[in-house]
Amino acid sequence: MVATQDYKVIGTRPIRHDGLDKVTGRAIYGADVKLPGMLYGSVLRSPHAHARIKGIDTSAAEAIPGVIAVMTAKDMPEAGDELVDLGEGAINFSHASDHVMAMSKAKFKGHPVAAVAAISTNIAREAVAAIKVDWEVLKSAVTVDAAMAPDAPAIVDGWVGDDLGEKSTQPNLGSHFRHEFGDIEKGFADSTTIIEHRYDLAMVHQGYIEPHNGTAIWDQEDRVRIWTSTQGAFTVRTQLAGVLQLDESRIRVTPTEIGGGFGGKIPIYVEPIAAILSKKSGGKPVRILMDRAEVFDATGPTPGGWVSVKLGVKDGKIIAGDADIRFDAGGFPGSPVGAAAMCMFSCYDIENTRIDGWDIIVNKPKTAAYRAPGSTHVAYAIESIVDEICEELNLDPIQFRLDNASKEGTRRGDGPIFPVIGNIETLEAARDSAHWNSPLDKNPGNGKLRGRGIADGYWFNVGLKSSVNLSVNTDGTVMLVEGSTDIGGTRASIAMQAAEVLGIRAEDIIPSVVDTDSVGYTDVTGGSRTTYATGFAAYKAAQSMIGELTTRASTIWDIPVDEVGFEDGKFSSKSDPELSMTFKELAGKLNETGGPVSSTGAVDLENAGGGFAVHICDLEIDPETGKTDVIRYTAVQDVGKAIHPSYVEGQLQGGAVQGIGWALNEEYFMNDEGQMANSSYLDYRMPTTLDLPEIETVLVEVPNPIHPFGVRGVGEPPIVPPVAAVANAIHDALGIRLREAPMNPGRILEALKEKNG
Amino acid sequence: MARVFIPFALRKITGGVTDVQISGTTLREVIDNLEEKFPGTKERLIQDDRIKPGMEAVVGEQPTREGLRAKVDEDAEVHFIPHIAGG
Repeated sequence: MVATQDYKVIGTRPIRHDGLDKVTGRAIYGADVKLPGMLYGSVLRSPHAHARIKGIDTSAAEAIPGVIAVMTAKDMPEAGDELVDLGEGAINFSHASDHVMAMSKAKFKGHPVAAVAAISTNIAREAVAAIKVDWEVLKSAVTVDAAMAPDAPAIVDGWVGDDLGEKSTQPNLGSHFRHEFGDIEKGFADSTTIIEHRYDLAMVHQGYIEPHNGTAIWDQEDRVRIWTSTQGAFTVRTQLAGVLQLDESRIRVTPTEIGGGFGGKIPIYVEPIAAILSKKSGGKPVRILMDRAEVFDATGPTPGGWVSVKLGVKDGKIIAGDADIRFDAGGFPGSPVGAAAMCMFSCYDIENTRIDGWDIIVNKPKTAAYRAPGSTHVAYAIESIVDEICEELNLDPIQFRLDNASKEGTRRGDGPIFPVIGNIETLEAARDSAHWNSPLDKNPGNGKLRGRGIADGYWFNVGLKSSVNLSVNTDGTVMLVEGSTDIGGTRASIAMQAAEVLGIRAEDIIPSVVDTDSVGYTDVTGGSRTTYATGFAAYKAAQSMIGELTTRASTIWDIPVDEVGFEDGKFSSKSDPELSMTFKELAGKLNETGGPVSSTGAVDLENAGGGFAVHICDLEIDPETGKTDVIRYTAVQDVGKAIHPSYVEGQLQGGAVQGIGWALNEEYFMNDEGQMANSSYLDYRMPTTLDLPEIETVLVEVPNPIHPFGVRGVGEPPIVPPVAAVANAIHDALGIRLREAPMNPGRILEALKEKNG
Repeated sequence: MARVFIPFALRKITGGVTDVQISGTTLREVIDNLEEKFPGTKERLIQDDRIKPGMEAVVGEQPTREGLRAKVDEDAEVHFIPHIAGG
């Protein structure tokens, strides 16, 4: 199915359809939603990491003029205690409901306990401050080790976890699973070099620039309308149906434009609160906007935890790998430790492997996906150890990786066999890159030291469900209606795929992202699936449209349908070359030949073809202060087929920058009371364009054989290697191995002090 | 016959067997035949006539999108792994 001809549209760089609106401020984001009679909501959140709610007195809040409605968890319907598939992951609705608003116990600082709707934001906030909560503060546990200690407090009342298929007696164990292949004991017994270390990582946030928001109307007929910044309107609908105990058909979700998500805008947070406040207000619209501190305290960061890895090598081959991965789940079970286990050994072909994964409940916000969730953590561990092996055995770091690279037919650490993948091609491209072959002066004479590091990484990329509708205008343009929130330029990449099939310009496709009533089911913009799956749906819709238009041409020319051909955007008679029309010309004749032409494409796809990323990082470090600067950075990645190269490059650059921030500075700094002490962008320091050089990109194209244009997912792999690449560069510069992230100046100085005595 | 890999959590039911050849042309048939050989496995894999939420079945190289109706080739591998989400 892979098209082999030269493309006319694919691979070009048209201006994205939403670009002008976004740079001029015309695009409508969640905070721009304004409806007649709208009320403003504010949420009371727990100041404690772990506390029982003995009573809530809302009377003072209700008495404030301008307050229209007040809610607590008593106003939430009872949700079933069952696991339900969301497409991208599964959800327990009872936990989801408790997460939206605490029923009896706050499980993390920031956990909502009440909310107010009022005629102004200030009155709503004043009312929230007037609500009295009788707290019984409990002992908290904010690390995986503390939560698993014998004296740890039980966080989720009544929870029984699964420990290798048995009921667990450990109250904070979400689950413990294992994958095991080959003979791990023999593998290590045969190894001539064994290296084992533990790597600790802090909880970090996705750091999207736009806070969460939601506007809701719950009308008198129990229909609910929602406007929200979300990666998946249909996923929001499913979650709301479960939490509010309504049929999905009664809920209509409009995705507003989104200022970043990265996985953090898949769960619901304020939407059900706004909906219930609207119901209690007699159907008035209610809008809730989170502020930055609320986003840090009470949305879904990625887990902290630790990864312990042991590798055994013989004759330059890794023959055994053993890993123990322990992740924060947050206040409810469900961290991405399963995904981490899948990625753990995926860059390598290792015969004997064992992976233990632990999902551990802690008194911190419930974790959510963050761009290749779990893979960055495990890459930090294994790529650091691979670097150490290469140093100990005096082996070239890229050649060693090539000699051990996973390829088609390699068994992944969790079991399935790899199909066609591009790991080797990506490593070779990194080896041949200008960056890798450029000299680096490690002692440039300015008092600082320089080093270079390299790391490999993998993410699998999902497929799932998407729907697209097309309709032809008589001027030859085509309306494209889709349900995929546009985060990274997917209006363009999806339109380009339709345009390629139809033989028209990308600019002649007019894409719209619509609500859940207006298009068929579409899974989230996430999992690196959108250009792949929604693009495939657009491809199918376009093919179907060509079929109908071919019929129209046959009607116009009064010839059999099978006599009409379509090539290069032109319909023509196969037997009479004089009979020929462009797409635009035929569009102008539709009203004479049967009326409007529209088509639908819907898909439910297998995974989007795994992606491999190899990053090269040059650092300059001041050994006096520990200050670290990235002076050159290259992201090499197998991208399948770059539909719009600029947006693919943007994905690689953005992921690399997020990973660099994760490596060098970002962390949830928790105080002794289990509260995040740095919940603002001033203290939670993310890199900006002023901190980093231009991120160079190398796009490797190993086409995905199951997509008509060879598309693979690209959005997630770029965040996987940076933490490891930075760690290896620090070692190259200073001769120290840092096994705790972030590798900030303080940790660098401590390690130097230890090394130098 | 398909080669079915037994998730670690179910190996107590299978007496430690890690993988087994099972006949069946669809995933449903394979699981039914697995249940015949190792009673108790089916209820750990299926709920409400579907693969359990939170789990996915990999038939061949890809997680199947066809549920229990998925065709299983003669020499295919079948894995049951945690359902993975992305970001």
